[in-house]
Amino acid sequence: MKATVYVTIKENVLDPQGTAVQGALHTMGFAEVGSVRIGKYLELELDTNDKAEAEVQLKAMCEKLLANTVVEDYRFELEG
Amino acid sequence: MKFAVIVFPGSNCDIDCYKAVEDTIGQKVDYVWHTATDLSGYDAILVPGGFSYGDYLRCGAIARFAPVMSEVVKAAEQGKFILGICNGFQILTEAGLLPGALLRNENLKFRCHSTLLEVVNNNTAFTNQYSQGEIIDIPIAHGEGNYYCDDATLAQLKANNQIVFRYKAGANPNGSVEDIAGISNERGNVVGMMPHPERAIDQILGSEDGKRMFTSILNAWREQHGAAVNG
Amino acid sequence: MAQQLTAKEPTAEQIADQKIYQQFGVSDYEYELICGFLDRKPNYTEIGVFSVMWSEHCAYKNSKPILKKFPITGPKVLMGPGEGAGIVDIGDNQAVVFKIESHNHPSAVEPYQGAATGVGGIIRDIFSMGARPVALLNSLRFGRLENDRVKYLFENVVSGIAGYGNCIGIPTVAGEVMFDESYEGNPLVNAMCVGLIDHDKIQRGVAKGVGNPVFYVGPATGRDGIHGATFASVELSEESEEKKTAVQVGDPFMEKLVMESTLELINSGIVVGIQDMGAAGLTCSSAEMASKAGNGLELYLDEVPQREKDMTPYEMMLSESQERMLFVVTPENEAQAKEIFERWGVICTKVGKVTDDGRLRLFHKGEQVADMPVKALVDECPVYEKPSQEPAYYSEFAKIDTAAYPEVTDLTGALKQVLGSPTVSSKEWVYNQYDYMVRTSTAVQPGSDAAVVTIRGTRKALAMTTDCNGRYVYLDPEVGGRIAVAEAARNIVCSGAEPLAVTDNLNFGSPEKPEVFWQIEKAADGMSEACVTLETPVIGGNVSLYNENSKGAIYPTPVIGMVGLVHDIDHITTQSFKSEGDVIVLLGETKAELGGSELQYVLQGKSEGRPPQIDLAVEKRTQNAVLAAIRAGLVASAHDLSEGGIAVAVAESCFGTKMGADVNIATELRPDLALFSESQSRILLSAKPDKAAELQALLAEQGVTHAVIGTVTGAGSLKLDVNGKPGVAAPVAELEKVWKDAIPCLMK
Repeated sequence: MKATVYVTIKENVLDPQGTAVQGALHTMGFAEVGSVRIGKYLELELDTNDKAEAEVQLKAMCEKLLANTVVEDYRFELEG
Repeated sequence: MKFAVIVFPGSNCDIDCYKAVEDTIGQKVDYVWHTATDLSGYDAILVPGGFSYGDYLRCGAIARFAPVMSEVVKAAEQGKFILGICNGFQILTEAGLLPGALLRNENLKFRCHSTLLEVVNNNTAFTNQYSQGEIIDIPIAHGEGNYYCDDATLAQLKANNQIVFRYKAGANPNGSVEDIAGISNERGNVVGMMPHPERAIDQILGSEDGKRMFTSILNAWREQHGAAVNG
Repeated sequence: MAQQLTAKEPTAEQIADQKIYQQFGVSDYEYELICGFLDRKPNYTEIGVFSVMWSEHCAYKNSKPILKKFPITGPKVLMGPGEGAGIVDIGDNQAVVFKIESHNHPSAVEPYQGAATGVGGIIRDIFSMGARPVALLNSLRFGRLENDRVKYLFENVVSGIAGYGNCIGIPTVAGEVMFDESYEGNPLVNAMCVGLIDHDKIQRGVAKGVGNPVFYVGPATGRDGIHGATFASVELSEESEEKKTAVQVGDPFMEKLVMESTLELINSGIVVGIQDMGAAGLTCSSAEMASKAGNGLELYLDEVPQREKDMTPYEMMLSESQERMLFVVTPENEAQAKEIFERWGVICTKVGKVTDDGRLRLFHKGEQVADMPVKALVDECPVYEKPSQEPAYYSEFAKIDTAAYPEVTDLTGALKQVLGSPTVSSKEWVYNQYDYMVRTSTAVQPGSDAAVVTIRGTRKALAMTTDCNGRYVYLDPEVGGRIAVAEAARNIVCSGAEPLAVTDNLNFGSPEKPEVFWQIEKAADGMSEACVTLETPVIGGNVSLYNENSKGAIYPTPVIGMVGLVHDIDHITTQSFKSEGDVIVLLGETKAELGGSELQYVLQGKSEGRPPQIDLAVEKRTQNAVLAAIRAGLVASAHDLSEGGIAVAVAESCFGTKMGADVNIATELRPDLALFSESQSRILLSAKPDKAAELQALLAEQGVTHAVIGTVTGAGSLKLDVNGKPGVAAPVAELEKVWKDAIPCLMK
């Protein structure tokens, strides 16, 4: 199976990169841009066909390593 | 007294920490590889700065799973002195030995320069040679030193007197919460800080204000082991 | 896609008939020579290998006649040009290893990775000699900082340098950044690394010992950077943007592991020969190692670790994937070598063996895919004597009298303009992004004339700097070449060190243009004269030609990297004034010389006329006297006069001290010329009042023109009178603000 994991900075935590990109977009004339959040995107190949099991494992991976839950949120998608 | 300096792949302040122990207090010190599984012979553990595992994924995120880290956790539980500097601080927060997290500097740039710190708590094993409120000159060199914790944690840090260093008012280099530069755990035997005391041990380097962190540790250990030392 | 590429690889016949070799920059004449050396037509892999080995970058085919001009030996030189880096003895069985290298074209296309991999490459040159890298420097040139593309390049080049150097843990301690529209579209990114080594640990890149195994170290090879060496040897054009595939990606974490494991391997004493894979990757390292030993080499390409599928021999040989090394040990030491790299988690694979037939043979999938004489690859590239012609501007500029510019009467305003010019202004915005303190040896931090790094366990230290004023070199290449070397040495001396040797980075336009070739020749003549007089031989360097933009060649910019030895850390001297009441002494003569000056650029918007002149004998005498005075403990501060002349030098000596200066200059020149002329061989000293007489006596005895021009004050204001009449008058804080804010304001 293929898993896609998104890790983003929590809503209530300042994201200086996002703020900088927002400022740049405004300077370039993209006035419609509201807030910008920057995060990480990970692609994982999983050697399993059991979706339920994959979800459990992915959650553990995110909690343990892929995200720092003090400051980051995560979500993932599974396909295949 | 015996010090361990932990070496992860990508540590680059390990040599500086090692030499600082030798030069300031002349105690025994060993480099301890990230694969080590026994820290029982050491009284103090320094987790040095650098870019452990390239700081890929997140600063300190991979290092905290190195085999030696479970020994560091054990040592913390035993009340041994543990000091994480810069990347070491990041690793200790990732490992859950210290609360909060370190985010990218507010201006998004790596910053290297001297900074003035206020000693907020001089009643720790790491700061007993400073006076309360003293302003000291210790350099920083980091891209992700912006300390963050939620309000509840912050309240707890304050209540337990866990804020050890603050950047001098008006001179916060990275946007950290309440100008925090260094904190301790509740018990006070684990300290993490972004500034580099090991880089401030000789006037030729610009400051020797970091020396007293090392003499503080030795002093605290001697107090704990008073009989043994005197005897 | 890759499969298609493989399938499409042209045959030897097609390469000949369709003249495909021309796409690789191989001329008809060179192709004929190659056929002669092989006794047949080269196949695709072979023509690829020849084309990089015979590129300017690897073979110096256009610059060899120039490089011959430089003095390369001296009593302290342990190793001159030819190996990864030059080595100079510093006593006590220790030596200093250093080299500078350019990454101009990659940085123009992808500034972050271009600059980062430039740093990575030069570090490998140093540790592959067996030396522990202790410091990094860089010399940068950009167009006008008002331009958005320039801002982007500047921002990302600085981040790239920081990203690599900070991570690997080698302090970036010094450098220079200059801005001039001449460099628009073709920035210069020159990185220098300095290392320390014990004499008995010095390594060479030789594949000695027939039958010895050859090992590949480092990450797997991908298709990145194929033809980078050729890319460095052509002009940048619109197409270059499409050539982005030629830019490699750096991994400083991997390099840290490769560095530590390689140094451990070398310290174990079992290495026969070792060389880094830089430009032209596996091709250049294997051919050069075989050549230096007079041997041959066989490579089994199936064994080369590969990051991508279906890589062809051509791709593997020409890839410039980063952080890789090639080394040779004897068979009985194989296991020990492998164990070291395993412990550090670094790939180490046997990929070949040393042979006695003087040929480089490549094997892939059970077949021999290339067979070339090593000597032809390394030594037989034709050397070209390019036509040279004095450019028209040179005689035109002789007619311009820069002393006849309208007089500037607002001298304080002029000083602010010069201090606020990005070239002169504070570079804090740059160096605060560099970790310049790691290794805890940095005694003089960035921002002074030269950085100083202490040598642990001794009283000694190393001073280091990079210098070149391209405007001077453009106006008069020979004089400008002399000045580049003289100023570097002056910076070293001002920090309290004895200049040791030079590494140079010759950045020029296209040598196909006779006017450019004339600049190269003349600049090299000037540099050579200065290197001889100042006793600083050239121990290595790099040539970067074809630096052109749509308006033509960049200013000729032969960057000088210099290292000096501080004999005792008590001699370390900085430019900052030390105490109120200290006497300020100016050494040297000030003439009406505004050609190529910062004031000219700021006010006239161009560089024209003749540059300042220089008498190398006077320069040497002045430097000797200053070093003697420093060693005698007579000097409180020392600062070289360069861009912006005396006005800028006095102001800079006040910055960061909370002190000021009260100066009066007695002169026959117009006040604006007296304050902003960039006459050479001038140094600003300050001395304690009770040492001033002794200092003056020493200077007089050594025949150095000098004058007491004022005192350091506690008031924090700068007063520069000329012949007793008000010249510059301003609070130091105000001037310092202009100087500090210039770059941050432009970069917001």
